[in-house]
Amino acid sequence: MTSESKSPILVVENLRTVFHTPRGDVRAVDGVSFELRPGETLGLVGESGSGKSVLGRTVMGLISNDARTTVTGKVTLGGVDVHGVKRAVRRKLWGTEVAMVFQDPMTSLNPVKRIGTHLTETLRFHLRCTRKEAEERAVELLTQVGIPEPKRRMRQYPHEMSGGMRQRVVIAMALACDPRLLIADEPTTALDVTVQKQILDLLGNLTTERDMATVLVSHDLGAVAGRTDRVQVMYAGRTVEQGRTSEVFAAPTHPYTDALLASIPQIENAPHSLLRAIEGNPPDMANPPGGCRFAPRCGYADTTCTSDLPLLQPLAGPGRSVACHHPLLAGAAPVGSEHTHGR
Amino acid sequence: MPEPDINHTGDPVDAPVPAAAAGTALLDPGEETAAKPRVSRRTQLLVGAPMLVGGLALAGFAATTALLITLAKVLLLVVGLLVAMNGLGRIAEAVRGKSVDIVFVLGMTWLTVLIGLAVLAPLLPLGNHNDATQGLYAPIFAEPELGSEYPLGTNNYGLDMLARAIYGARTSLVVSLFAILIGTTVGGLIGMVAGFLRGATDRVVGILANALLAVPPLVLLIALGTVLSPNLRNLSIALSLLTIPSMVRVARANTITFAQREFVLAAQAIGATRMRLLRKELLPNVVLPVASMGVVMVSMLIVAEASLSYLGLGIRAPEPTWGNMIAEGEGGVMEAHPFIVIVPGLCLFLTVFSFNLLGEKVQKRWDPRSAKL
Ligand SMILES: Nc1ncnc2c1ncn2[C@@H]1O[C@H](COP(=O)(O)OP(=O)(O)OP(=O)(O)O)[C@@H](O)[C@H]1O
Ligand SMILES: [Mg+2]
Repeated sequence: MTSESKSPILVVENLRTVFHTPRGDVRAVDGVSFELRPGETLGLVGESGSGKSVLGRTVMGLISNDARTTVTGKVTLGGVDVHGVKRAVRRKLWGTEVAMVFQDPMTSLNPVKRIGTHLTETLRFHLRCTRKEAEERAVELLTQVGIPEPKRRMRQYPHEMSGGMRQRVVIAMALACDPRLLIADEPTTALDVTVQKQILDLLGNLTTERDMATVLVSHDLGAVAGRTDRVQVMYAGRTVEQGRTSEVFAAPTHPYTDALLASIPQIENAPHSLLRAIEGNPPDMANPPGGCRFAPRCGYADTTCTSDLPLLQPLAGPGRSVACHHPLLAGAAPVGSEHTHGR
Repeated sequence: MPEPDINHTGDPVDAPVPAAAAGTALLDPGEETAAKPRVSRRTQLLVGAPMLVGGLALAGFAATTALLITLAKVLLLVVGLLVAMNGLGRIAEAVRGKSVDIVFVLGMTWLTVLIGLAVLAPLLPLGNHNDATQGLYAPIFAEPELGSEYPLGTNNYGLDMLARAIYGARTSLVVSLFAILIGTTVGGLIGMVAGFLRGATDRVVGILANALLAVPPLVLLIALGTVLSPNLRNLSIALSLLTIPSMVRVARANTITFAQREFVLAAQAIGATRMRLLRKELLPNVVLPVASMGVVMVSMLIVAEASLSYLGLGIRAPEPTWGNMIAEGEGGVMEAHPFIVIVPGLCLFLTVFSFNLLGEKVQKRWDPRSAKL
């Protein structure tokens, strides 16, 4: 891959985000590391509450050290130590160096502002151009994200548009000032199944065209499968498995990844065949279980799992590693044979 | 992933039912009468017209007759007016073809006329409203008589009651509207900043607002009235103090709600400064609820201004305000010449009532909870 020769645009080292809440410290992100080079796409998957959004926001610096939050570790974005600089410096990165697409297009546009205003305000703020230039550029952007009749759409309010159209507007806003890194936080979760694919394809095309690095956050493995180069599986704020997307999906080694994959509906499955959901709930992040976070829900867990926290161990394959005491190897059988989670 | 799909397969069966229910629910408010057997327009008109005429006649009789005791007169007057109003409502419905909120329409008519008169007062051929020397040549306590030179009568200085009522409206409206303007701006800004910054700023603002709320309004006004000289500017400022705590609260609460919406984070994520977030993202959203609160509070301020003037702490006689006009009824004057109190009292009542109606409507319309995203 050519992208591997370029120097990374984003380096995340042992990042931890702890929220100090009245209930106790919530370790939403608990020691995550990765790198991203221009043109590369990283998938971030995990159940609801696994800390994907918090990770994305901490990487951007939207979440940073304050009275109720402690961030440790290091994020280097385009050569800037995101959490080591003043807020004003960090802010200059937003929009131009890194941008974010949010989960819910219903709430990520201001209800009292026209679509055109959303775009022109951003453009004029960053590019210091005239109203007319901003308007022309906005129409161009709307055309690029596949919105028909962009001139008419500019005068509409968000509530006059469908969810898919709104998400296109949000994408147009994010791309307005040509950021080098895009963090898409579940960009399609709130959309119709049919629209989901269109939006993901659009994002894929736009980021390829611009040679942008992308973090695609999702709890939908299907969305990540064909569209990312690498994938990182998160559980309770920790990375449990990472590697090339094709390799991870072809042969998952962490029981959690395996269970996630098994819960994807397959077209070739017989109609009405039961999907395997993962039993139990994600742990309370204010009070996580000792040892492996996934142990209470894992069919393979033994006493080591409940006492020792597994660290990421490299496996065969580029950048492939897993945090498990008993990684699944092809054909391995689960320890507890009654509640089987393996395939 | 399984969940969305399960929902999806269930959709075609379930979807039409809630959709249909939502449809009728949406239509309902406008079609209230549709549920009842609808009366034809002709009957509405035939019933309405006599009701209007009869009601007005009854009210007119009650107001002018000397035959009945006061209590019976008032009762008849009220009944007559209610009947007339109902009749007018029916006629309006027959003409417009849909039900009309006649009380609201009448209230707004009153406000329009009143504001128009108050604005144009210096240009109108009104009688003497404040010159007591000139009043020496006019009859005192002239009874109201619609066709005469003094349609609403004169007071004990021979000043024209109609002119005084209109100039009184001028004072009341100017003072209350300025006070609201100051209150919404200052209170709104403080509330927004507190709600946006939170932390120490928020706590300090909260303590100050609560402290201001803890002082009984009239006591506060009287205290201020004894220190400040009573002119329009000082009164507006003093009265605005009554509204600021509520404005701070509304602005603060709305700012906090909107600041948690994703669009604020989204604006931040493309590089907006905090000042920009406040101005461009939050302000346009907070303006509506604060303004609607302002409309609601106008009536409260009109009453407060009247109370101050009544107590002699507001604008002083002979300059008229509704409050000091009512005060002229003291010392047995009201018993002998009830119109001295009835004229300003009625103006006050109708105006406050109308502003309340308006405030209610505006709040319903602009309420952030019912606002569509
Ligand atoms: N500001 C905060 N204060 C305290 N706890 C927080 C805060 N923000 C997030 N959390 C907690 O951090 C954990 C991770 O949340 P996060 O939103 O990152 O999950 P997610 O993986 O994005 O889930 P989803 O798929 O639902 O978006 C949750 O347990 C959440 O309750
Ligand atoms: Mg999330």
